[in-house]
Amino acid sequence: MINLLLFPVLIPFLFATILLFFPKKVKAQRVITTLGLLTALVSAFALLWKVKTDGVQSLTLGSWAPPFGITMVSDMMSTLLVTSSLLIALFVVWFSFTSIGIKRETSFYYPAILFMLTGVNGAFTTGDIFNMFVFFEVLLMSSYVLIVLGGEKVQLRESIKYILVNVVSSSLFVITVGYLYSIVGTLNMADISIKLAAIGQAGIVTVIAVLFLIVFGIKGAIFPLFFWLPGSYAAPPIPVLTLFGALLTKVGVYAIIRTYTLFFTTDIGFTHELLMIISILTIIAGCIGALAYFDVKKIVIYNIIIAVGVILFGASVMNESGMMGSIFYLIHDILIKGALFLLIGVIIHITGTSDLRKMGGLIKRYPVLGWSYLIAAFGLAGIPPLSGFIGKLLIVQGGLEGELLWQSIFILASSLIVLLSAIRIFIYAFWGEEKGVQQVQPRTYRHLLAPTITLVVITVLYGVGSEYLVPFMTDATTVLLDPSVYTDAVFGGGK
Amino acid sequence: MKTNDLIIQTTTKLVFFIIFLFSIHIFFAGHYTPGGGFVGGLLMSSAIVLLLLAFDLKTVKEMLPVNYTVVTAIGLLISIATAAGSIFFNVPFFTHVYDYFNIPLLGKTSIHTAMFFDTGVYLVVVGVTMTIIQMIGGDE
Repeated sequence: MINLLLFPVLIPFLFATILLFFPKKVKAQRVITTLGLLTALVSAFALLWKVKTDGVQSLTLGSWAPPFGITMVSDMMSTLLVTSSLLIALFVVWFSFTSIGIKRETSFYYPAILFMLTGVNGAFTTGDIFNMFVFFEVLLMSSYVLIVLGGEKVQLRESIKYILVNVVSSSLFVITVGYLYSIVGTLNMADISIKLAAIGQAGIVTVIAVLFLIVFGIKGAIFPLFFWLPGSYAAPPIPVLTLFGALLTKVGVYAIIRTYTLFFTTDIGFTHELLMIISILTIIAGCIGALAYFDVKKIVIYNIIIAVGVILFGASVMNESGMMGSIFYLIHDILIKGALFLLIGVIIHITGTSDLRKMGGLIKRYPVLGWSYLIAAFGLAGIPPLSGFIGKLLIVQGGLEGELLWQSIFILASSLIVLLSAIRIFIYAFWGEEKGVQQVQPRTYRHLLAPTITLVVITVLYGVGSEYLVPFMTDATTVLLDPSVYTDAVFGGGK
Repeated sequence: MKTNDLIIQTTTKLVFFIIFLFSIHIFFAGHYTPGGGFVGGLLMSSAIVLLLLAFDLKTVKEMLPVNYTVVTAIGLLISIATAAGSIFFNVPFFTHVYDYFNIPLLGKTSIHTAMFFDTGVYLVVVGVTMTIIQMIGGDE
């Protein structure tokens, strides 16, 4: 099965197409979406196993020889990301059954989610820079649909902002790819890597590197370019927010890591230094935001920005511990942000508000929710047996090995602020006098809680079982730190 | 006041088929000369738009009782099926094949699977364009 690496991309696409035929039949939509996601997840696990045993997989579409055709490459990092994105989507869809409402479900909600997954997984898997742009557009257009679906006033306002920002960044992406093409004359990422290494330390290459940082920085919300994110992400309903918060910025982060490890390795002194400074600033901006708000959505949204900074800092150090920490933290962050958004979704459903000052005392009536929130919050901050620990430990270790003492202290200090911001939600919502609690049907509550708790359990398992994941992460790190593994896999036929 | 649209309606009835045939011609010409599924699809939808201009939305819906969302979905399915056919032969996705066939009337013709992919594109373009125009034009 040489086409195995395409299945996580194709299966959501196929099922989304099938769903277009009967938008009004909600039951069938739900069943087929779940079926499609499960099939895709199984194929992703099979791919994970294949990449683990046989090394980097690559396939050039249409039987053309690389670099002339579009190459799809699955190395360990992209496979891990593909698997976790499908996992998150499964929980989001499960959560949607009770929370999104019939009206949205009959208006192409599930096809939009599956099309978005096609884009996300495609962007993770592709080995062609222009094809990456196309997959970015696929996921962005589906996200436009998801952000505006429902047509509330705030959604309309924020979707205009969101679309404007993304149209600008997409056109910048095309321009940058144009510059790059005019220099190297190829679009295949492995080929670009070889050609750029041959060119060496040219000024124009550094300019392109910075342009790519701007392009992917807008998608991934790094420091001066994250301005659109808090407003836009707060607009759509919780399941959509979960999907966005867990996946969309990570695609930008992945693209930065991919280009900065594969293409721009000749002038590290400038490009990676810049990336490091920006990531630190991103963390600071995120920390300020996370402490400033009394709105649960906003607090978790600013935590996304902090995580983006932490991941990029780990990647900018360019040593083994830092890179491995980044990948650990990237996967952790996808899972934990998914879990956190679903948890606050349940809280918002119970209290009917996202304002912390209007809620309190939930722990008496909803102890399971409270304690699982606390576990997720500890996981987010990186308390040892939980999932955020190992990644951040490795990132700090990488920073110290790279002799970046102050920056590493910043990362540690940011953990405290993350913990503080997450615990503030816990204290305000679960302690104190009971207020703002609405009667929620026990059945609805159980249905909302089931996917949420399962996801929290998965994050805990991810933290506790990180020992078993180390071989996978080592494989991912090897490819990132040594581009020749990647290029050999592409030009060697990927066998 | 009801205006008399006799001239435009009569011309449209004639011109519609010319545009339609031209769109088919452009579609089949795509492999060797400029054209293909995208332009062909746009031409086809422009023909339907001409109908919409000459008649009203309801009449056109009665003339062509088509759900354009389903047309889009069928187009996507055709495209993905053509590309995915290669999976069953264990060659890379999107691998196309062609061969020569003796077709009555047309004689020896080469048929390339890329044409079926283009059929999908054609249907998607028609479906999407018409969905947009009907959505904006309709007020129900």
